[in-house]
Amino acid sequence: MATENTIQLEVSGLRKTFGNDIILNGVDLTVRKGEVVVILGSSGCGKSTLLRCINGLEPTDGGSIRIDGEEVTSGGRNLTQLRQKIGMVFQSYDLFPHKNILDNVTLAPVKVQKRTKDDAREEAEQLLRRVGLWEKRKAYPRELSGGQKQRVAIVRALCMNPEIMLFDEVTAALDPEMVREVLDVMLELAEGGMTMLIVTHEMQFARAVADRIVFLDEGKILENLPAETFFTNPKTQRAKDFLQTFEFRKETS
Amino acid sequence: MFEDLFAPDKVEEARLIIQTQFPTAIWETVYVTILSTLFAIVIGLPLGVLLVTGDKNGVLPLPRWLMQTLNVIINLLRSVPFLILMIMVFPLTRAIVGTVVGTTATIVPLVIAAFPFVARLTESSLREVNPNLIEMAQSMGASPVQIITKVMIPESVPSLLSNATIAITTVLGYSAMSGILGGGGLGKIAINYGYYRYKDLIMIAAVILLIVLVQVFQTVGTKLAVSTDKRLK
Repeated sequence: MATENTIQLEVSGLRKTFGNDIILNGVDLTVRKGEVVVILGSSGCGKSTLLRCINGLEPTDGGSIRIDGEEVTSGGRNLTQLRQKIGMVFQSYDLFPHKNILDNVTLAPVKVQKRTKDDAREEAEQLLRRVGLWEKRKAYPRELSGGQKQRVAIVRALCMNPEIMLFDEVTAALDPEMVREVLDVMLELAEGGMTMLIVTHEMQFARAVADRIVFLDEGKILENLPAETFFTNPKTQRAKDFLQTFEFRKETS
Repeated sequence: MFEDLFAPDKVEEARLIIQTQFPTAIWETVYVTILSTLFAIVIGLPLGVLLVTGDKNGVLPLPRWLMQTLNVIINLLRSVPFLILMIMVFPLTRAIVGTVVGTTATIVPLVIAAFPFVARLTESSLREVNPNLIEMAQSMGASPVQIITKVMIPESVPSLLSNATIAITTVLGYSAMSGILGGGGLGKIAINYGYYRYKDLIMIAAVILLIVLVQVFQTVGTKLAVSTDKRLK
């Protein structure tokens, strides 16, 4: 298919520093339409910062980020437009505590995208049904479990009809038994052809969902391989060591 | 002492004054307090929003000099004791109301004393909003104005309401104080009869009414704040 070759996201030579610390040191990454890319790496390697830069939440110190060929780092009005093409889900869900679930989901479509209330509501209800939370549409976030909140957060991002979804350690704050329900939603999305960029520590999930694994270390991409190749035959010693730590944890647990 | 306080002739005299003077005084106090607080909110709320959003890391950063000027003005107004402030703004009061004595005239100094206070209270309410929520809204492409009106303010309503309650009780206290410089209401009665003319019973009655008013404002305010808070229960 021709569409599979369309480049959705293109990061080149991206640099980001915090004071004297170099967080991202020349990152090059291309994500094509419909591709699911999982970013792995030990904590502090710059995974989350990379996602935040892509969404324009962090000012960058060099390089470029293009969504559909449009520059993110130029800021201003253009950025507001571009952000609507990017759905982002954070570790801490960040639902609006004083709004019910439906209002949480429809706020941005109505206010930012200027869609009609009915239109947004209809889509929101449809999406909530898909993740099994339609019954909770009138509830407030405090009445939901962590897993449910995170599913709502995903629905909220989806309701903007984004072209690419960014997931920043979305299961890291969840109890183990709730991780599954969130990951299932993400798997379903991936199968539905959504372009996704995922930061996670769930290795099994990464292996199952990813088309490609990007391994970040000290602000640089060390590996950029098809998922199976990365897990079975990583090129660098650093990646081998990284995978080893997970193996070790599994054996001792 | 108490036999003296409740001597029949004194009680009778107090009853008469309470009957004739108190209804107007209560009305004056309530009207001045509510109106002044409303005006103070109209001026102070937007300023409080600016104090937060205009910050270097805020959603709508403003020039540093502007923020500093705003901060200095608010601090200056907040540090002047109310009675002194009242005298200082006499010219302004005369220009706006036409006179410096009477109930309506005290609204001017009350607003000037209260709006910086409201601005600070608003600032503290808005700073409580989880920064992640603001970031979330930004990531969805919301503009700074949308973030302020659709996220920051709605998310801090309970806190804004409890702070409005603090503001209204403070203004009530100031309005009573204004009685010493020609303001109307319960403060005037307490001072004129109780302090200048040694009618202690009147003073006590006026003070009790002020306490009741504070109680009413506080109870209503707390109820409203709790009922709008969706994070609890």
